Amino acid sequence: MGLLSNKNKEVLLGPLSANNPVVVQMLGICSALAVTSKLEPAIVMGISVTAVVAFANVIISLLRNTIPNRIRIIVQLVVCAALVTIVSEVLKAFAYDVNKQLSVFVGLIITNCILMGRLEAFALGNGPWESFLDGIGNGLGYALILVIVGFFRELLGSGTLLGFQVIPQAFYDLGYVNNGLVILPPMALIFIAVIIWVHRIKNKELQEN
Amino acid sequence: MKALRNYLDKIKPNFEEGGKLAMFRSVFDGFETFLFVPNSTSKSGVHIHDCMDSKRTMTIVIIALLPALLFGMYNVGYQHNLAIGSDPGFLMTFIYGFLAVLPKIIVSYVVGLGIEFTVAQWKKEEIQEGFLVSGILIPMIVPVDTPLWMIAVATAFAVVFAKEVFGGTGYNVFNVALVTRAFLFFAYPAAMSGDQVFVRTSDTFGLGAGQVVDGFTGATPLGQIAIAGKELIGSFQATNILGEPISTMDYFIGLIPGSIGETSVLAILIGAVILLVTKIASWKTMTSVFVGGAVMSLIFNMIGTTVAMSVSPLDHLFLGGFAFGAVFMATDPVTSARTETGKYIYGFLVGAMAIIIRALNPGYPEGMMLAILLMNVFAPLIDYYVVEANINRRLKRAMK
Repeated sequence: MGLLSNKNKEVLLGPLSANNPVVVQMLGICSALAVTSKLEPAIVMGISVTAVVAFANVIISLLRNTIPNRIRIIVQLVVCAALVTIVSEVLKAFAYDVNKQLSVFVGLIITNCILMGRLEAFALGNGPWESFLDGIGNGLGYALILVIVGFFRELLGSGTLLGFQVIPQAFYDLGYVNNGLVILPPMALIFIAVIIWVHRIKNKELQEN
Repeated sequence: MKALRNYLDKIKPNFEEGGKLAMFRSVFDGFETFLFVPNSTSKSGVHIHDCMDSKRTMTIVIIALLPALLFGMYNVGYQHNLAIGSDPGFLMTFIYGFLAVLPKIIVSYVVGLGIEFTVAQWKKEEIQEGFLVSGILIPMIVPVDTPLWMIAVATAFAVVFAKEVFGGTGYNVFNVALVTRAFLFFAYPAAMSGDQVFVRTSDTFGLGAGQVVDGFTGATPLGQIAIAGKELIGSFQATNILGEPISTMDYFIGLIPGSIGETSVLAILIGAVILLVTKIASWKTMTSVFVGGAVMSLIFNMIGTTVAMSVSPLDHLFLGGFAFGAVFMATDPVTSARTETGKYIYGFLVGAMAIIIRALNPGYPEGMMLAILLMNVFAPLIDYYVVEANINRRLKRAMK
């Protein structure tokens, strides 16, 4: 078993597309709607979730033989809460503005279904290295969708990307107006639906009847 | 007619499989069945046949919409001339309005039908005719100064996300024209509400520009009510765009600012009569919308302390898009309730909800659009419980 054997590659890369936590497993939709009105918080949120899932996976995987089965959920919660607190403090210290924009959603990473889902489904049954890769893969799969949605929402809704004006002033002089609906969460749902639509066209085996 | 038929027959082979214009098959098919009743009959199951297919139904709805549309065009010109203080005569007034509205109709049809034709060709299906009505409704429910590109974007959004993703005409959950308006309303609020958009003060293709007269205000009566909304009773008087007071009779005739087709209750009622005589719209839905609105505004009158709450029932039914929504939108056979009892419940709740939004939410001067869209969601639920109640009643009878 090399560090990146075929199986481990599958664990790492599968969640990016074929087993994507957002568009295939439909997890983490709520935060995907809430934090993607701008690109920057979407990226920060993606990185935060990736870090928390990866390290929670490793810790639970190391503890998996010592945790009594009946209280495993509470142990997982303690681990997640600790990691989320660390992430939250780091954001407050180094990226205060983004932290303000993310508001409660940093703290709510603990209730993110992807997190508990991976701990229950993967970390409890696999070694620490595989669990780490699985956490990175799922976190990046989630971040990928967030970044795509955030990109289009900021571009169409504010005409900017990462705060820089992208749509030239000449357009506005001609009568172009930013789309206010794109800033609202319902449109994020429609963007995710379109991503799912395109994804299902490309991956026919995922189409439901 | 005969010559047209012969011509169509002559060019038909070009559009069949393998012909050189096969990629436009669905377009040809659409026009042919629009002009002539098709020969084809249902291939499976038992169906009720009569002389109407859905294209003929749509044609009658469009005829019913014409009075409101023509009046709307005249009113656009009338409001414009009032604003700049000129009087070029009836004909020029109408032509001004006609030229202002026509591009909107063209854009809405080109975008909507373009998507429909593309999808029909792609899925190898017949063109569905639902957009014939939506396409004329969309320009009638927007303010006259809405930019054309916004209408194009909103129409494309509505046709794809409110109709095609659900499976096309007959499967849509929401009224397509109202989704277009809702998209415009939330995406471009500055272009859809306020006092700048309902009266065109600039020229149209070089016709009619001028200096705006003193004291001009473009606010609609509903907009004025929403602004005065929180004030106490007794201080409110609706005015026209020159600041002169207007009354319930003016609301009924419709020479007031508003979205293009919605201002004249008189013209809408002519359309309503056409729809009811031909039995295309359900009188149950239509009347219960009005009853719901009237009952709700009476309740508000009794308990109300603010201007928005104390508007009389008749004014509520005549103002804004209430009559238009009740006659042409709420009665949409696809998105409204289909059971007979359900139609009463559906219509009543649409009317009541519209007045609740008007009276209690100063952010939205008009509640009809949101009320109908909300009830579109509940229509299947209403139908379900009506059918369930029916089954239970019969079961009880059978048990005895």
